[in-house]
Amino acid sequence: MDFRLTKEQEMMQKLCREFAVNEIEPIAAEIDEQERYPFETVEKLRKYGMMGIQYPKELGGSGGDTICYSIAIEEASKFCGTTGCIISAHATLGAWPIFKFGTPEQKEKWLRPLIDGTKTGAFGLTEPNAGTDASAQQTTAEKLEDGSWLVNGSKVFITGGGVADTYVIFAMTDKTKGNHGISAFIVDKDDAGFSIGKIEHKMGIRGSQTSELIFEDMVLPADRLLGKENGGFKIAMMTLDGGRIGIASQALGIAQGALDKAVQYMKERVQFGKSLDKFQGLQWMVADMATKIEAARLLVRRAAFNKDNGLPYTKEAAMAKLFAAETAMEVTTKCVQIYGGYGYIREYPMERMMRDAKITEIYEGTSEVQRMVIAGQIFKK
Amino acid sequence: MKVIVCVKQVPDTSGKVAVNPDGTLNRASMATIINPDDKNAVEAALTLKDNTGCEVVVVTMGPPPAEGMLRELIAMGADRGVLVSGREFGGSDTFATSQILAAAIKKIGLEADDIVLCGRQAIDGDTAQVGSQIAEKLDIPQISYAADIKVEGTKVTVKRMLEDGHMTIETQTPCLVTCIKELNEPRYMSVGGIFDCYKKPVDVYDYNTLKDDPLIEVDTIGLKGSPTNIFKSFTPPQKGVGRMLEGADKNTCAELAAELLKKHII
Amino acid sequence: MAEFNNTNLADFSGVWVFCEQRQGELQPTVLELISEARKLADDMGVEVCGLLLGGKGVGEKMAKELGAYGADKVIVCEDDKLETFTTDAYAKVICDTVMDRKPEIMLIAATNIGRDLGPRCAARLHTGLTADCTHLDVDVEKYVSFLKESSTLPQAQLDALNREDRNLKMTRPAFGGHLMATIICPRFRPQMATVRPGVLKKGEYNEAKANAVVVENIAANLTDADIKTKVTEIVKEAKEMVDLTGAEVIVSVGRGISKDVEGGINLAKQLADELGGIVAGSRAAVDAGWLTADHQVGQTGKTVRPRLYIALGISGAIQHKAGMQDSECIVAVNKADAAPIFECADYGICGDLFKVVPLMIDAIKEAKASK
Repeated sequence: MDFRLTKEQEMMQKLCREFAVNEIEPIAAEIDEQERYPFETVEKLRKYGMMGIQYPKELGGSGGDTICYSIAIEEASKFCGTTGCIISAHATLGAWPIFKFGTPEQKEKWLRPLIDGTKTGAFGLTEPNAGTDASAQQTTAEKLEDGSWLVNGSKVFITGGGVADTYVIFAMTDKTKGNHGISAFIVDKDDAGFSIGKIEHKMGIRGSQTSELIFEDMVLPADRLLGKENGGFKIAMMTLDGGRIGIASQALGIAQGALDKAVQYMKERVQFGKSLDKFQGLQWMVADMATKIEAARLLVRRAAFNKDNGLPYTKEAAMAKLFAAETAMEVTTKCVQIYGGYGYIREYPMERMMRDAKITEIYEGTSEVQRMVIAGQIFKK
Repeated sequence: MKVIVCVKQVPDTSGKVAVNPDGTLNRASMATIINPDDKNAVEAALTLKDNTGCEVVVVTMGPPPAEGMLRELIAMGADRGVLVSGREFGGSDTFATSQILAAAIKKIGLEADDIVLCGRQAIDGDTAQVGSQIAEKLDIPQISYAADIKVEGTKVTVKRMLEDGHMTIETQTPCLVTCIKELNEPRYMSVGGIFDCYKKPVDVYDYNTLKDDPLIEVDTIGLKGSPTNIFKSFTPPQKGVGRMLEGADKNTCAELAAELLKKHII
Repeated sequence: MAEFNNTNLADFSGVWVFCEQRQGELQPTVLELISEARKLADDMGVEVCGLLLGGKGVGEKMAKELGAYGADKVIVCEDDKLETFTTDAYAKVICDTVMDRKPEIMLIAATNIGRDLGPRCAARLHTGLTADCTHLDVDVEKYVSFLKESSTLPQAQLDALNREDRNLKMTRPAFGGHLMATIICPRFRPQMATVRPGVLKKGEYNEAKANAVVVENIAANLTDADIKTKVTEIVKEAKEMVDLTGAEVIVSVGRGISKDVEGGINLAKQLADELGGIVAGSRAAVDAGWLTADHQVGQTGKTVRPRLYIALGISGAIQHKAGMQDSECIVAVNKADAAPIFECADYGICGDLFKVVPLMIDAIKEAKASK
């Protein structure tokens, strides 16, 4: 048993801290305010190999592991929930299903540019009537005579929609089979019949773009089918298991970032003739927050460790996401309180962090879904 | 061509600086960083590598943990590292340090088309001396305060900053150039570089490795070989015990001006 | 064991100053060094000698002035190859001359040129060099009174110093000024120091001494092969507008200028000009549109640590302090004696900035004139 990071993981943490302070923090408030996707940050992430951290070098990745991926998202999210979201959604939701289920040809054509960072990826599962209940897919893919697929339907709330180059989407290929009639497909942003619908205005992670995807008589060649026909549900669920480690890391980072700022603020802010850190009531609040954050970190690292070591991680990832997300929400709310009036105004980062925290309880499975997953694993036959 | 970059691990003086009761720096309690100007030198070397494919060797003198810094520089893109480390080298002033580093550079091998890069100065001592002194010991030309470096074959052209302008200076390899922060924006480590950096070589040069070099004598290196010694080290009177000056009139302002003058601020 | 030819201390005598000139203009800081050398030489009972290298005519142009500030003698080496500074040519002439004449102290201005040349020479001469000194002493009593003023060393340590010690005690800041160190070079000569420009005081111009200065011309003995670098261009640049983070002096205004914004900013500019600094502002001043956002100091603006930060009419909210409290010296002027800015100020003046600042400008002018 060893709780220490390896030398490489420690260096990764150092790199990500420097990068976050110099490249991410300075524009965090601006991209939130302007609802602007930070293309310049994504370009820098690409340059330093942070868009394919946990993928093998042979495929254009950086040769790291899931712990490093988690560290990168945590460190970025300390200052900017948006950037954490971008790294996570790209590297897991966009790239992982192709990495895990793609043919060698698909990997070469679609995966390599994603993990070397020249392109970005997104994941299209959610529909207006198929959110938590992913099996209620209404997007359809009909097999044509030549083996190609005719896709019709739409997706909503797609992280990276409109900015990503490559999408892994899900559609019903056999309506009679429910979950077992869903297939996964690779879609290119320039495919005929594919368009971007409404771009959402969000409460938080406002620098990340979230949009509708619309497929109108979109014909995909046969080689766009990812994995087996009607095997898509498993791909979606397995991808989300891994994605949860990313979102848990994002929540963890937001919580830690908020607490770090609050602790600093408490040392400086003087009320009633003493700095806030001298008030026991606030000290205890900080102690509780720090404890929960550390617990969240252990859950996240454990899930990542399991994934890296080929151990089951469905339950661990769900627990990590559930606990980290709820911790992030609680911690940011309390930190706004510690900041008082300054916490509530936009000149300070605290209200943004609180808004950003909320999404972690919702996307890639709400907290309720995580509880379902955890319970499902516990009562599994 | 190869570029040899001299780097130093220094205490991070940008945060809190801890001072022992005896007036020396409490290094143990402070984080260490790569000296900022040295990072610019490394970036200059890596830019040359990007353009020419030359080899980049990073060399430092320091205690064994300084290997970690060399690994980080390799993760940035350097090809290999040399750690010059030995208790015989301890206590060296700039003169003795330059003797040792010059000997190390000779050991690495300074070829006709090689360049040695240093940071202008280290933030712990701010002396800006070691670079020039290494150049003298190696008997090669030096150009300090480089804000731009161009290399074409064996010709090196440098924009050398002065307080009131700059000079353009040309010289031939092998030569030594000291770098300032205006030269470039150092890159970060890359993630891929991090996962390769422990696979690349870091050689350790100790006293025995270098002892046959004429520069290395018992009385030219280490504390014994250092021409300068610290006579006294002390902390300036505590800052932050600020005071309110009395009144707000001519005399008050005269008092203020006198204080600023005394502190060499005006 | 290595062999040295400069360890017989008795062979060395006199205080030398390298007289840096650029394109025929003597660098003003040289006169500070000459004045300081005079004091040291008087304490030691030896001569001050300037070493002046340059193109044709520099001796004629500068020797008298060097004499006026304290040089007994100026050794002049004029040569076309010395017209423009190159490390190789200058180091050769200086080292050859030093080895020949054997001064015991050699001072060089810590300019970009001095700090390039000094270490090259010290390495060749096999002697110590102390960089960027801010204080020099030979006489121990003088050194003790300096320490009394500028250090927190206990009296017992000062009493324990050997009063007969004749080494040059070279004091310099280290670690960004958090520590001061006095360095000596006890075994080798000359004792060399580069000295930070603007710190030591220039003495009085003395006409008689100017006329009495002895000028000795020496030959350079330089060949093309000695000079391995070629200067192809020299560009003089007007000092660029420095940004806040690099500024040495910052005069910052806040809400306190509201009754006359234009007048307040003007006063701040005058004060800043007098100190060679630039004007900045608090969040209040920027939010009100009095200054553009790039002027803002504070947590949401820029973090600065100049040598001198003057806060005018700034209350000192925590977000402002976060951006400036590490400044080397902080002066605050505010009408409210309870303003938090005074907590982090080295010097506080409670008063109306519109009345205080003009007086301050006058006082600083006077103080500078008295230098």
